[in-house]
Amino acid sequence: MEALADRIIPPDPQTPGGKDSGSAVFVDRQLAGAYGSQEGHYVRPPFINGMKNQGAQSEGGPRKDYRDGLAALDKICKAREGGKAFADLTDDRKDAVLKDIEDGKLELEGIDGKSFFALAIKDVQTGFLADPIYGGNHDMAAWKMIGFPGARYNYLDWVSRHNEPYPLPPVSMVGRAEWSSNNSGAK
Amino acid sequence: MARILPKKDVVIVGLGWTGSVMANELTDEGLDVIAIERGPWRDAPTDFPPSQMQDELRYRIRHELFLRPDQLTFTLRNKLDQQALPMRDWGAFMPPNGVGGGGVHWNGEMWRFLPSDFVLKTHLTQRYGAGFLPADMTIQYWGITYDELEPYYDRFEYLCGTSGTAGNLRGQIMEGGNPFEGPRSRDYPTKAQTQPFSHTLFAKAARELGYKPFPQPSGNLSTAYTNPHGLRMGPCTYCGFCEWFGCSNYSKASPQTTILPVLVRKDNFTARDNSEVVKINTDRSGKHATGVTFVDSSGETWEQPADLVILSAFSMFNAQLMLHSGIGQPYDPKTGEGRIGRNFTHQTISSVNGFFDKSKFNFNPFIASGSIGMCIDEFNGDNFDHGPLGFVGGGYVGQVQTGARPIESALTPPGTPKWGAAWKTAIKDNYLSTVKPGTGVHGSFYAYRDIYLDLDPLYKDRFGRPLMRMTIDIKENEAKQNRYLTDKFAEIIKAMGATSLAKTYRTAPYDATTYQTTHLNGGVIMGADPKTSAVNRYLQSWDVSNLFVLGASAFPQNAGYNPTLTVGALAYWAADAIRNQYLKKPGPLVDA
Repeated sequence: MEALADRIIPPDPQTPGGKDSGSAVFVDRQLAGAYGSQEGHYVRPPFINGMKNQGAQSEGGPRKDYRDGLAALDKICKAREGGKAFADLTDDRKDAVLKDIEDGKLELEGIDGKSFFALAIKDVQTGFLADPIYGGNHDMAAWKMIGFPGARYNYLDWVSRHNEPYPLPPVSMVGRAEWSSNNSGAK
Repeated sequence: MARILPKKDVVIVGLGWTGSVMANELTDEGLDVIAIERGPWRDAPTDFPPSQMQDELRYRIRHELFLRPDQLTFTLRNKLDQQALPMRDWGAFMPPNGVGGGGVHWNGEMWRFLPSDFVLKTHLTQRYGAGFLPADMTIQYWGITYDELEPYYDRFEYLCGTSGTAGNLRGQIMEGGNPFEGPRSRDYPTKAQTQPFSHTLFAKAARELGYKPFPQPSGNLSTAYTNPHGLRMGPCTYCGFCEWFGCSNYSKASPQTTILPVLVRKDNFTARDNSEVVKINTDRSGKHATGVTFVDSSGETWEQPADLVILSAFSMFNAQLMLHSGIGQPYDPKTGEGRIGRNFTHQTISSVNGFFDKSKFNFNPFIASGSIGMCIDEFNGDNFDHGPLGFVGGGYVGQVQTGARPIESALTPPGTPKWGAAWKTAIKDNYLSTVKPGTGVHGSFYAYRDIYLDLDPLYKDRFGRPLMRMTIDIKENEAKQNRYLTDKFAEIIKAMGATSLAKTYRTAPYDATTYQTTHLNGGVIMGADPKTSAVNRYLQSWDVSNLFVLGASAFPQNAGYNPTLTVGALAYWAADAIRNQYLKKPGPLVDA
């Protein structure tokens, strides 16, 4: 999962990738909870495949999709890439495999590879951009990168200040790391 | 067997906007009122604390405040000959649950419908001829005019403290407001909200193109306000977590901020939460309601007898409860006969995202309120000549961006890969300089013979009752309307200075997976003719005269505006009819 997260969001000199920012941890925690088991969704039978615009009709839910999808990804890599699992490939080979899955050129066994990869993209990016309390976006790296000030509450002084950069750093729902140390200068 | 509770004067099914309005009005009349609510009790300060609401994952992505589909959902198909399948998770719309209903997590848009919207069929037929309308379009008269509803629009606006700029004050067109609106008897209670950068820029571009932009009327307040019940609201702080979230700042109008603190202190009011009404009971004649049956959170069944039943659940659940209770003839799309389930409509929504040069534009897009926005109304209703265009209907278009919560608002220009280094660079380069209006093209959705609600033959809810089946599609008229409006909207976004646009049209088939507002309407429609409507002009059931059905379920078709103000006005209108006519002489207020 970490290898996959780091290709969906590669690290760069300024901002960590999916792995170091915690997106894989985020996905793990989400899958272990309500999201993974489709809690709250309507899961009564029958499960009939319909049109895409009628919405997903999945009996298993994301937890099963990831188990099946990650296993199938390794299996196809081992078959095609000289016995290597996905995580052991070079970045270029990882990207080539993922691109082929995305384009529907490479099919995974037992699961729709295109849909699985789309799900992984969505979840990894969600973790990157969600509040750090969920395990991703470590140290608000993604929010710093894009310029989102986070869980702030009052912009009354700023609504009329057009086209000026907002000066304050991001804050999580549980505050900022500096708040718990003695040398806090940030607001 | 159900255990029977002591009789009440009034039982109210659903304690959202309309249930709260009605409960407060009827308790003022001295009646003993009980409200039964399917979801949990919710108070603003404890359930929506500002330290906790700015959680996009929990509230927007995972839908924490909404109804859960395992409690109740719908099945969907586009055409009569298709197999309907259940919506296992929400997408196209987000049904509310719990005390306050949709009033908890709405944006607060406070639009009045146009005078011509109420007499739509007559108006269009007179202007364009009957042959201009599609053969299967079933638009019809509301049974009430704008002028009759105006005092009640005013009342709901003042309840909520609405912030806006009047466009038509007693017939006089006012600079800066919406020149197309119907006459209003007095100005808005509070001045319009201050507009952030991108919204202001949209207005400038629109003005330069010859339009008359105006601030979207807002239930997020520009200033402190004390409403007619003596409840105090505070100015909105533009936190950008309004849509999908609750507001404990007392800045967003909701039942919690405008009615409930008064209502819950009344001795003649009782509420039961986490209790789902499963049936409206009638006597042997079928013409008189005796009360309701509900199931509490422990699965126990109770019967609540009452003299008067107010059905005030979310629109589609009103229709469902009518069908489950066997009240009113179910609609049949083949014959066009029947009352319940007909003229089901939604909203025709699309948007245009604009990507700007980041070295010149910094929008700080996270600074916004739920109903912030600058809009134009040149393309709403019949404000423009449809003759050469070959469709009817329209909507407002505007920069109505409600914030920039990053999971949904880290966008990339068209052609950017969906993952990898290019995606990462693109969200970094575009987040602060993107205009993302959300429901920026907000079009009408007119009624059709084969778009309707009925009970699903296959799928059941947790009580074993059939789910409600939606048969709905985007018709050619709505698709044409949307294409025209979206193109007009894109011209304005382009004129703001966008370097690239991402334009999406609303097209068939109706898609359960993309959000299109939660403005579901019809199914228990009001009207003047008992053959083609379920309730009369006072929202009183034609079949059962001690049953009133409130909400957008009464709309015969949908206009190009958000529905809540009209829903609230109709609740006051119905409450007035009950207080001043019905209670004096119980029985049908209109002869069938």
